[in-house]
Amino acid sequence: MNKTLNQKAWFFVIPVFVLVAFNAVVPLMTVVNYSFQETFGSNVFTWEGTRWFKQILHSERFHSALGRQFLFTFIILLIQLPLGIGIALTMPKKGWGVPVCLILMSMPLLIPWNVVGAMWNIFALPEIGFLGHSLNSLGFDYNFTQQVGDAWFTTVLMDVWHWTSLVVLLSYAGLNSIQPAYYQAAEIDGASRWDVFRYIELPKMKKVLTLAILLRFMDSFMIYTEPFVLTGGGPGNSTVFLSIDLVKMALGQFDLGPAAAMSLIYFFIVLLVCWIFYNLMMKDEAK
Amino acid sequence: MSKVTLKNLSHSYLKKQEKDSDFVLTNINIDWNDGGAYALLGPSGCGKTTLLNIISGLLVPTKGKVLFNDKDVTQLNPVQRDIAQIFQFPVIYDTMSVYDNLAFPLRNRGLSETEIDSKVREIAEMLELTSTLNNRASGLTADGKQKISLGRGLVRSDVNVIMFDEPLTVIDPHLKWVLRSKLKELHQKIKRTMIYVTHDQTEALTFADQVVVMHEGQIVQTGTPIELFEKPKHTFVGHFIGSPGMNLLPCKITNGEINLAGQRIASNTSFKKTNFEKTQVGIRPEFINFSKDGIPAKVLKVNNIGRHRIVDVETGGGKIKILSNPQDEIPSGSAFVTFNQKYTYAYGDDWIIE
Repeated sequence: MNKTLNQKAWFFVIPVFVLVAFNAVVPLMTVVNYSFQETFGSNVFTWEGTRWFKQILHSERFHSALGRQFLFTFIILLIQLPLGIGIALTMPKKGWGVPVCLILMSMPLLIPWNVVGAMWNIFALPEIGFLGHSLNSLGFDYNFTQQVGDAWFTTVLMDVWHWTSLVVLLSYAGLNSIQPAYYQAAEIDGASRWDVFRYIELPKMKKVLTLAILLRFMDSFMIYTEPFVLTGGGPGNSTVFLSIDLVKMALGQFDLGPAAAMSLIYFFIVLLVCWIFYNLMMKDEAK
Repeated sequence: MSKVTLKNLSHSYLKKQEKDSDFVLTNINIDWNDGGAYALLGPSGCGKTTLLNIISGLLVPTKGKVLFNDKDVTQLNPVQRDIAQIFQFPVIYDTMSVYDNLAFPLRNRGLSETEIDSKVREIAEMLELTSTLNNRASGLTADGKQKISLGRGLVRSDVNVIMFDEPLTVIDPHLKWVLRSKLKELHQKIKRTMIYVTHDQTEALTFADQVVVMHEGQIVQTGTPIELFEKPKHTFVGHFIGSPGMNLLPCKITNGEINLAGQRIASNTSFKKTNFEKTQVGIRPEFINFSKDGIPAKVLKVNNIGRHRIVDVETGGGKIKILSNPQDEIPSGSAFVTFNQKYTYAYGDDWIIE
């Protein structure tokens, strides 16, 4: 077959190219530019080389924010994945229950993030909030504005409330794509309920779960608005996650150079973790 | 090893049944002998898969009973019934090796590993899977996967019945032949009752000793392939089996004889009952010949289909097809045809008049 070569087609790509340039390439390059220089405003820059990177990588503050960040992400993944899969397994497969469940599940996902933070802040207030007041009257000494454990508990609970639905919806879609014959064959083979989950449902959900883990990792690793509104990073620095720390450094202290270097390090960590994880999950597919 | 009996079986997927059309199966009665090879033949949507799922225990029938060796098993699940079933699309456990896939039903029944090993290897040998036993099952081709499905069904040698639900749909044509003869060979070797569901008449007729033809949720005829061919009891069997199917022409029954557009047609039918809403005369294309006199006809078209030729002719009663042997001479234009009396049947409201 002869294909006529027509280079004019490249013109069609230009709009996309321009868009991507403006919303990704140009801002990223600006950050790269800042990360190697020092500025005191008025567009005066002095070259600093890799100084900011070294400073961030050796900073105690960055280490602890990164540690908190990994811990937070790890905890919410550990809760949200099993919980999400569990809820998806118990959801009805047909009838009027399906739309009801789907709408209920989508609700938390539709609420703006700062509203979620504000909602939970009020909900958890020790004196007047429903959660805070109830816990205290049940005899728990609960105060998320004063106690580190309580602050973490509330932040994690809020994230679980906000995002488990995403795992549920993805798992539910994965479960629904399994042919009935698989369940029938398993029944005839004498498989137990656990076997069905372990050898049919889980392998068939692998792709959607990979997606769910990636999305939940990225989102939770970059979480900002909700904890910022809920705890403001406190008490002390106990709930200062990477994004909160970054904004403090860039806009609070106006340390644009170190903040830019931190952004890039942050970006590469997210990229690296996603890349490693994706390759691990997809290793078997390639075979 | 088991005899299968179905008694007055009806099934509906609706919770409440108000009219006959709510049922996908109506009043099914079957007696299948131990160790036989049976086929359920019918077009898509005639209820054959539903019937199979009722026999295997995946579905509980709305009405009627399922008996294995005269024992009522209607309420038992597939494991309690001890049956094997192979589905239309290959079902494999992706994360297991081929070996573990074949061993899975045995392990679930608590057999010892040495027993499992010998059985798995035996069945793998039979299905030519030995070289791939240690591979991951998900990497195989569609027919490789279907072989595993077959293997998982066949590995348990003690089952009452082995059921196949159009198992060769996804298999390449040349492999279909291989697997089909494998199944037949296997049946002769292990002598289990086997039930094979298909919409493909060739598959049904080559596999089974007895074929059950289903149409709109009913059994229209049960018989050997030859019986179905030579004496269809229902017009559906007539045109569904055979290629091309039976010629069916509207006719009248007058004075105890078939009257096709004023022409008297000889048959061996004795008409005890004649009040039908619709009467038809049926004759297979194989049993019509050109002759010097008989029914006047006009030759319309001759189609060459390899060894045979199909001739379209127009008679006073309507268009018919004739299957003509290579050595026969086919007249052009006006001609006469005769129906072989032995194979000429009359049908009243689609059922044979006897």
